Amino acid sequence: MNLVLDIAWTHVRTRARQTAFAIAGVATGVGFSIMMAALMEGSQDDFMRQLIDALPHITVSDDHRNPPRQPAETVYAAAEIHGLTPETRRKGIKNPLAIMGALEAWLPGAVAPSVQTKGILRYASRDVPVTITGIDPLREPKVSQLATQMRQGALTSLYRTSNAMILGDRLADKIGARVGSNITVQTSAGARLNAQVVGMSHTGIRAVDESTSYVLLKTGQIIEQQTGLVNEMRIRVRDPLRAREIAARVEEETGYKSVSWQEAHEDLLSSFVIRNIIMYTVVGAILLVASFGTYNIISTITHEKARDIAIMRSLGLSERMVRSIFVVEAMLIGIAGGLAGFVLGYLLCLGLGSIEIKSPFMDMNHLPLAYNSGHYAIAMGVALASSLAAGYMPARKAARVHPVDIIRGAT
Amino acid sequence: MANDILIEARRVTRILPGIVPTTLVRNVDLAIRENEFVAITGPSGSGKSSLLYLLGLLDLPTDGEVTIRGKGTVHMAEEERAFLRLSELGFVFQFHFLLPEFTAQENVMLPMRALARLSREQMRARAADLLDSLGLAEHRHKRPDQLSGGQRQRVAVARALANDPPVILADEPTGSLDSKSSEQVFQILRDLVIGRGKTVVAVTHDLALAERMSRRVHLVDGMVQADELAKVSMS
Repeated sequence: MNLVLDIAWTHVRTRARQTAFAIAGVATGVGFSIMMAALMEGSQDDFMRQLIDALPHITVSDDHRNPPRQPAETVYAAAEIHGLTPETRRKGIKNPLAIMGALEAWLPGAVAPSVQTKGILRYASRDVPVTITGIDPLREPKVSQLATQMRQGALTSLYRTSNAMILGDRLADKIGARVGSNITVQTSAGARLNAQVVGMSHTGIRAVDESTSYVLLKTGQIIEQQTGLVNEMRIRVRDPLRAREIAARVEEETGYKSVSWQEAHEDLLSSFVIRNIIMYTVVGAILLVASFGTYNIISTITHEKARDIAIMRSLGLSERMVRSIFVVEAMLIGIAGGLAGFVLGYLLCLGLGSIEIKSPFMDMNHLPLAYNSGHYAIAMGVALASSLAAGYMPARKAARVHPVDIIRGAT
Repeated sequence: MANDILIEARRVTRILPGIVPTTLVRNVDLAIRENEFVAITGPSGSGKSSLLYLLGLLDLPTDGEVTIRGKGTVHMAEEERAFLRLSELGFVFQFHFLLPEFTAQENVMLPMRALARLSREQMRARAADLLDSLGLAEHRHKRPDQLSGGQRQRVAVARALANDPPVILADEPTGSLDSKSSEQVFQILRDLVIGRGKTVVAVTHDLALAERMSRRVHLVDGMVQADELAKVSMS
């Protein structure tokens, strides 16, 4: 074994109790950091997964980001317009089939048309406001998880009867409807439709499950009283993280407002950044506190070993070599603490993951945890860096000791 | 002869800074030659140990120069001075100063490992030889707390010889030993000079021992008062 490592190892080995406490301090820091990172990232991933799965990655609506330019604005460099009533526009996306064809030529994913409308659902003398989405059951599985989120029935059940309807399970519970129930839908435009419940869906997002229903695209067009109407196109891309740039291209090509899931949830995503800053600050603080233990033991050892340091220096061991001994001691504590922390962190994650929770606001029954080797690497890295810093200061002081001062005072 | 001077102090002064500066060594000129057995004597506080530390590069003079084989050391980098201590000088102190967690053999191997000129096996063999030659063959694997005072001091001598330095500097090497152990250690140092051709510079209070060395340097108030060769042959 290398001389520096040998002396360092001997020092920490012969102070088993103190070393064990220092290692336990680092291990606790690393373990809880790993657990916290796993919990924070797990909950974030779970939320994102639900968000991405439940909603289309890109929604193209029959809307424009900016109002149409007025002729005066086109002719003059500066124009101020007052009291203008916006032009009444025909609802829906023009030439939806042609647009879909053009998009499918390059889009890394799939696109599906839909009709969105608002209405009141009536059943057993209960009125509940709902969003009615007209979908194509054959295309829908390509753009959403609805097919796999069916609790009862299937998407193709919409073909089973005329005016068939799928309800969100919480909505069905709210009004007391079951599969086979006959319900009435009334829109604000005055259209009225008698429909039969053919299935129940469950996304896990309460707001969606309480207020959403699905019908065939054609039925949706009947409710909207406009044949061939498509007022929304939903796109699912292979890489959800590229949704923003793809949405920008779709908007450029179609002229219609295309909103990516990131844009739709900008506020949530920015809150994740803040969450991560808080998480890493807390993790850093935990490990910093743990490093005080390392500093303490290295300081104690250098103090206790003042005479040995003096004698090593007098024998001809250089300052750098003596300094290295104590830095290596700190690193040994850091490494041992880090490895023990890995085990502790993993066990804490297992323990937390096994806790069953029941909440009306969450669909899951276990805490979501992310098992990511990056968390271990970061925790070990910070533990080693803080151990290095904690060991270097007393080591530097120890190495600079003037051997004669110690030798003179020794007895 | 100028070429057989191993260590030389040239007008060396050492003043301890403080509110009232203390002069430990004042204008000392001293040349230590090959194969000498030098005793540095003097009353307490006369600067004996301070002079030894200056000769051993453990301390820097406030003024003057200390040379090793003619090479000035005052302006050397600390790393270079440390290397000279490791390769050219061996130290024995009043207290053994062995590392308590290591065995006698490991303590002897320490300077060899720091110098790293030999293989691990060669170091082990040399440490064993040194300990054997000092009568510690059966104590090689004992830690310092398992050895007597005299045995510890002999281990310290073996450690001083580990890198085969030409000079051994000893600060009161028999000061903490009983008379029997004291005589043993003295004989070992004497054998180093006579048998192995080493140079030994030893600080001692014991005038009877000093009388048995080849040269005596007597200090008073940090200055050399007398520097005389032995009237009797050491051999």
